[in-house]
Amino acid sequence: MIKPQHIAGQALAYTAFAVMIAYFASSPAYHHHSPDNALVRLSLTHAGQRLGDCKERSPEELAALPPNMRSKQSCGRERNSVTLEMDIDGVTVFSQTAKPAGLSGDGRSRFYDSREVPAGRHLIRARMRDGNNPAVFDYDELIEVELAPRQVFVVDFDEENKKLSFE
Amino acid sequence: MSNPIKKALRNGLFRVESGWDTLVGRESNPMYCLGAMSWFFFWVVGASGLYLFIPYDTSAVRAWGSIEYISKEQWYWGGMIRGLHRYGSDAMVLTMMLHLLREWLLDRYHGARWFAWFTGVPLIWMVFSSGITGYWLVWDELAQYLAIGTAEWLDFLGIFGQSIARNFMNPGALTDRFFTLLIFIHIAVPLFLLFAMWIHILRINRANTNPPRQLVIGSGLMLVLLSLIHPAQSHPPADLGKTTALLNPDWYYMALYPLYDTKGPLIAWAVAIGVTVFLSLMPWMVFGRKRRAAAEVSPPDCNGCGVCTFDCPFGAVVMRPREDQSGHEKIAVVQPDLCTSCGMCMASCNRTNPFLPGGENRKTGIDIPDFTFDLMIKRISARTHGLVGNNRVLVLGCEHGAKLDHLRGSSVGVLELHCTGMLPPSLIDYVLNKDLADGVLVTACRPGECFYRLGPEWTELRLAGERVPKLRGAVSRDRVKLSWAASTETKWLMGDLAEFRVALAELPKPERPTTTKRRVAE
Repeated sequence: MIKPQHIAGQALAYTAFAVMIAYFASSPAYHHHSPDNALVRLSLTHAGQRLGDCKERSPEELAALPPNMRSKQSCGRERNSVTLEMDIDGVTVFSQTAKPAGLSGDGRSRFYDSREVPAGRHLIRARMRDGNNPAVFDYDELIEVELAPRQVFVVDFDEENKKLSFE
Repeated sequence: MSNPIKKALRNGLFRVESGWDTLVGRESNPMYCLGAMSWFFFWVVGASGLYLFIPYDTSAVRAWGSIEYISKEQWYWGGMIRGLHRYGSDAMVLTMMLHLLREWLLDRYHGARWFAWFTGVPLIWMVFSSGITGYWLVWDELAQYLAIGTAEWLDFLGIFGQSIARNFMNPGALTDRFFTLLIFIHIAVPLFLLFAMWIHILRINRANTNPPRQLVIGSGLMLVLLSLIHPAQSHPPADLGKTTALLNPDWYYMALYPLYDTKGPLIAWAVAIGVTVFLSLMPWMVFGRKRRAAAEVSPPDCNGCGVCTFDCPFGAVVMRPREDQSGHEKIAVVQPDLCTSCGMCMASCNRTNPFLPGGENRKTGIDIPDFTFDLMIKRISARTHGLVGNNRVLVLGCEHGAKLDHLRGSSVGVLELHCTGMLPPSLIDYVLNKDLADGVLVTACRPGECFYRLGPEWTELRLAGERVPKLRGAVSRDRVKLSWAASTETKWLMGDLAEFRVALAELPKPERPTTTKRRVAE
């Protein structure tokens, strides 16, 4: 049973408790991205080309294999590392080489980056190397875009059409 | 207590708790049952969550709308339940973190208590995981911020086959199946949390998981009113094609996210893992503190009554079958790893009685090696020897409570115990019966502040004759006083002692049998 002298104290204590819970449940406000800026997000997973060429198996080699494993070509599993670079308005803002995932190095290379840019017109260029020639970028795309405030602009790789994509 | 900062903080805590006692009443002070309050809020969140699951639409397109519908169209019920769910979970975080802080300040995290502390650390992760996945379900701008931030944070580990963050690349990337998975996680994690909470209290005897009724009613009403007056609101619906700008995060759950935004995933992981590892290892980072020897059972003196097993706060004493020729079916067995050497078992033993014949070396069924029952009697004799006046008082109290040395005087003897709970009531009877003092002042930490647990509670019940071993009814209650006093309340206790002595001086001199002789053994 609550003693009369404690009623006011309890009302005060519960009010303070409620105010504390309610306040920090939504305050103070937090500014994540500036509402005047856009966001360029680069999110890409891509498997590099295989390191070695595939070899045709001879009939003898095929015969030595179990029936369910008799594929005509023998290909190494390991893949190239993938290099990805991105320029915004002529300035390289992202450059990274990612190893293929997996213990055998046969998985996809993964890239992720997001950065704020002022809203407005921008020239965005992305280039990617997944082959064996270190002097050549196998994919290279350039786009001029008008970015709206708070717009998220995504740079990805379109595996179906085999090209870097912007959306 | 070695750390002066910690000591100052602890004294501050005691003052706050004392002030809060005065303001709201001792039974309504949540500081003494923060763990139990967390349990209560867990049930509130669980029950309200079950209701919210019914109208929730596990679809990327309709999730936000289904929550918005019950919040706006059914504000008086659905909105209120949503508020209970949100504010209850916030209150749970608050009481959980206060519980952690308080146990650290009271030094209740090492020794035999390592298990509760260590198993409590994963609970923090589980509570936060439950909360964050719950905020995802609303699928508003805040959820978008949390989803992308958490996914990027997890992707940094590089242990997931696919990038989680790619699920939030654009509106088309998100599927309804993802929300089905999400709600499964949001239900599964709290179920694991409940299991982990049970493990957390497994080694605690009579763990308090239910707060006093006043607190349950008061806190429940507070949450209902808060939910109606300040309903939980959603942000605008998530749009993966737009960035999140101004947010109103729930800081109880999201305090780490700005750190991730500003310092990156490596620092955020370093802080999260660093704090977790540090907290987990804290029980073993207490240096220079010697652990006292565990209680020991004396088989010839144990009659297998089992009272010590009921009184041990940590379940360190268990009864096992007995196969000797004693005629008793069971014997008490101490598990040294769980024993805190508080001595409550010794006080509860029916052989711990100074009136029983024992010669020069009194034995009891279960004893504390560094402070035996025999030593206690001898020290009482020594501390009362030479007291003068007609209001002589023996003060018996806990070494963790008020500073008893400050009370010592020509008419006042003091004896510090490991815990007041190790005081057998028959010893008070003995002091008065043998005319060692005119009165006995028993002082203990306030209930809930006991370094060991349950010492003040058992003492109060034993002295009131409501729990065995009871203080004999024939003992004059005018000559026995029980005072709660924290380590910061020595001055207050001095005042209480002075009042007690004045009252004693006014009492008529008790008539004692002529055969009663003062026994000085030390």
